[in-house]
Amino acid sequence: MEFDLQKALDALELNADWVGLRQVSETTHTHVVRDAKPQANGRSQTQGVMVEVLAQGQFGYAATNYLDSVSLQAAADRAYQQALATAQWGVHQFTTDVRPATKGHYRSPVQKPYDHLSVADITGLLTQVCDTLKVSDKIVRTSAFAQILETEQRFVSSNGADIEQTIWMVITDYGVTAQDAGVTQKRTDNGWFARCYQGGVELMEPQAILNRCQTIGEQAVELLTAEECPTTTTMLVLAPDQMMLQIHESVGHPLELDRILGDERNYAGSSFVTLADFGDLVYGSPLMNITFDPTISEELGSYAFDDSGLEAKREYLIRNGKLIRGLGSLESQVRTDTAGVANFRASSWNRAPIDRMANLNLEPGHSTFDEMIESIDHGVYMESNRSWSIDDYRNTFQFGCEYGRLIENGKFTKTLRNPNYRGITNDFWGNLDQVGDRSTLEVYGTPACGKGEPNQVIRVGHASPVCAFKEIEVFGGVA
Amino acid sequence: MSTLLETWESTFNQLGDILLENLTSNEQLVIEMGGEQSHFMRFNKAQVRQSGLVTDATVKLRLISQQRTAYAAFPFTGDLDVDRAAGLDNLNYLREVLPQLPEDPYVILPQNQGSSHEVYAGQLLSPEQAAAAILEKMGNVDFTGLYTSGPVVRANRNSAGQKHWFATETFVLDYSMITPTEKAVKSIYAGADWQQDQYEAHIAQSKKQLVVMERPVKTVPPGKYRTYFAPEAVAELLAMLSWGAVSEASMQQGGSALAKLREGKRLSSMFSLRENFNLGTVPRFNDLGEVAPEVLPLIAEGQLANTLVNSRTAKEYGVSGNAASGSEGMRAAEMLSGQLASEEIVKQLDTGLYLSNLHYLNWSDRNGGRITGMTRFACFWVERGEIRQPIKDLRFDESLYSFWGENLEAITDFQALVPEVDTYEARSLGGAKVPGMLVKDFTFTL
Repeated sequence: MEFDLQKALDALELNADWVGLRQVSETTHTHVVRDAKPQANGRSQTQGVMVEVLAQGQFGYAATNYLDSVSLQAAADRAYQQALATAQWGVHQFTTDVRPATKGHYRSPVQKPYDHLSVADITGLLTQVCDTLKVSDKIVRTSAFAQILETEQRFVSSNGADIEQTIWMVITDYGVTAQDAGVTQKRTDNGWFARCYQGGVELMEPQAILNRCQTIGEQAVELLTAEECPTTTTMLVLAPDQMMLQIHESVGHPLELDRILGDERNYAGSSFVTLADFGDLVYGSPLMNITFDPTISEELGSYAFDDSGLEAKREYLIRNGKLIRGLGSLESQVRTDTAGVANFRASSWNRAPIDRMANLNLEPGHSTFDEMIESIDHGVYMESNRSWSIDDYRNTFQFGCEYGRLIENGKFTKTLRNPNYRGITNDFWGNLDQVGDRSTLEVYGTPACGKGEPNQVIRVGHASPVCAFKEIEVFGGVA
Repeated sequence: MSTLLETWESTFNQLGDILLENLTSNEQLVIEMGGEQSHFMRFNKAQVRQSGLVTDATVKLRLISQQRTAYAAFPFTGDLDVDRAAGLDNLNYLREVLPQLPEDPYVILPQNQGSSHEVYAGQLLSPEQAAAAILEKMGNVDFTGLYTSGPVVRANRNSAGQKHWFATETFVLDYSMITPTEKAVKSIYAGADWQQDQYEAHIAQSKKQLVVMERPVKTVPPGKYRTYFAPEAVAELLAMLSWGAVSEASMQQGGSALAKLREGKRLSSMFSLRENFNLGTVPRFNDLGEVAPEVLPLIAEGQLANTLVNSRTAKEYGVSGNAASGSEGMRAAEMLSGQLASEEIVKQLDTGLYLSNLHYLNWSDRNGGRITGMTRFACFWVERGEIRQPIKDLRFDESLYSFWGENLEAITDFQALVPEVDTYEARSLGGAKVPGMLVKDFTFTL
């Protein structure tokens, strides 16, 4: 961040009510090994500034990756012009109240930065991962992916905001494909890119990774001869690595206020939740407690301030099953007169912020894992998401997992392949029957939650215990 | 073409010269560039939610030396001094990384297969005019969506002497009109020349369609129905084939939904799919600068004709390549038309569902070719050959071996060009040319 953003702001000549500069510099190191051979290795760097201007109650923006005073002034002029050209059609008369003059900084907890490992160390580990995954000749593909990212953000504004945030992330994905007698099965390290965290390369501790990979390979082979998941209505037990997807799709997205306001109706969709539902709607059973919490250091979606400058705090969205607060930024809050959170987030310098999740977590309950399974006469346990689809109101969903187990008379009896389930959001959460205690809680996330026009992906974290849902429709693959 | 593009082309050429001159005798280099200057304007309820401009470009270097390869991508500004420093710094980074990597048995060396230079100028709205041009005559309608406009560049050059430059100026207005009961009509007005009369006629047509959506909604119970898929809905299904189906690597590695075709299974003889770069919406060169065939049949009359094979896959599995992209997805898909005339669609459908759009598709069983997803936007119940009323959205879960196999009844005699409108990280180019299709016994589950 050698470019002096404050100096650039001070140098701008602009007759606007407010101007803010948001600079983002991000370096991504990517290493991919497949079948123990190098597949892709390199780094990507992006850097730029978004100039945002408020004039006549309307924001306009212009973003550039050319960081000099002439380019920044030109961007500011374009942003100002956009604000003026669209002011008569603005969705709301905004004021500087939605851009607080906050000062502060944030830094991810990092014990070992990227350069603690050499490229040779990382590709060597990934090659070992492939070797470990290949537990049998029936394994036809092994893959190992590691990405280490550093993002530096600075935000300064004409009303005095000055925020610096440096975020370090590690994203890994290890997986296998097993094939035999016309059957193909895949198994991964808790689902597609689910292991993504803030931190440094201390998250890539070799022995722990290799131990997991041994199990992944063995379970892929085990699935080849497993029974298909039965088609029935039964107790469904979801591991935390599937709960993260369930929370993300059927709680996170429908609670985004910009969806409820209709901003996303042409793309990501709307929501079955209405503004009148906040404080009133019974979203799920009394065991359901959902928090928005960007303050948990290792979770992927942590930060101290959102991109409007609002300080991030932990908030309950659903408490004892009742909906109390939405995922709405300051802009959405003034548009709806509804309580929200600090979630105005952009994917990078070249996209304008919108309402997003950060870390969205299901708070733990009181059941141990063993107690939960022992209490179930008949049910299906599922791990690791592999398929996801939900309607544009976030109501009707169908999700599939990599690995299932049949529960009979309080015990796991068989491994099941191609486990899927479907349901309707409100009914499904109403059927939440047991919530695991803290010992069952695990943290995952996704680096690529897509939304917005123009499109952008954002990084979010999800922590959840194991949960049991009663009377859920489950089924297997193609006969 | 804009001054910006002229500056970018000149700087890219000079940067390429500098980087290539800096190579040692055992190094080879591929230089890729993508850039755009985009005006984005987002609408909700016929008002402007957000509006702005983004100027962004990136250069990606792939250095190859001693059977090893690595890449480095960095911002491209158009200022030669800035870009030269970044380019040389990244070249040095690659020289530090390469010796640390194991040998790559499938490394691809750059070749000179001929150069190209394509520039398509457009007549676009100025950023100052756009809001008024789009909204002034909108009237009292709930209009929501995104307007995107401006130049897009793709360029490629390598140490074997090959050069490609592709620049185009386009706009896309991707929008929905929505009734008070939240039923919607979706449409896209796209092109290179904004014509206000044409735009207003397009909007008027959507408003007309919206009237039908105001009829009471019918709840259709889950089950199997005769179903017509309009071209936009077919395009959604076809897009799934770029996600682990037509790729040769996915075939070889156990991940292809079309693997059964290689084992001898056939789809309906009415179903033919090809890559057709004559559509002219996307450059023929891939990320390595290799040029794809103008036309490549993928499925011919129900039989697998070709998969998409990039050079790396070709080398690894000892098969012929066809200059596919790194991901081996379709870039210029065309599903061939059939015999069903437009005016015969609802008559032949008789009683069933008319689906204009689909939403959020995913493989529910990839090896079985089974796809789940939702109906969305203008979808209707048709009874005895007449469109009756819009439906409450339904979830489907069905195998492509059924709906493009024995259950495919007819394909329309017309095709529509469905543009690629994704703007993740950067604006997409191209689109798919697709007909509508009529299917029997399509399975809806929820």
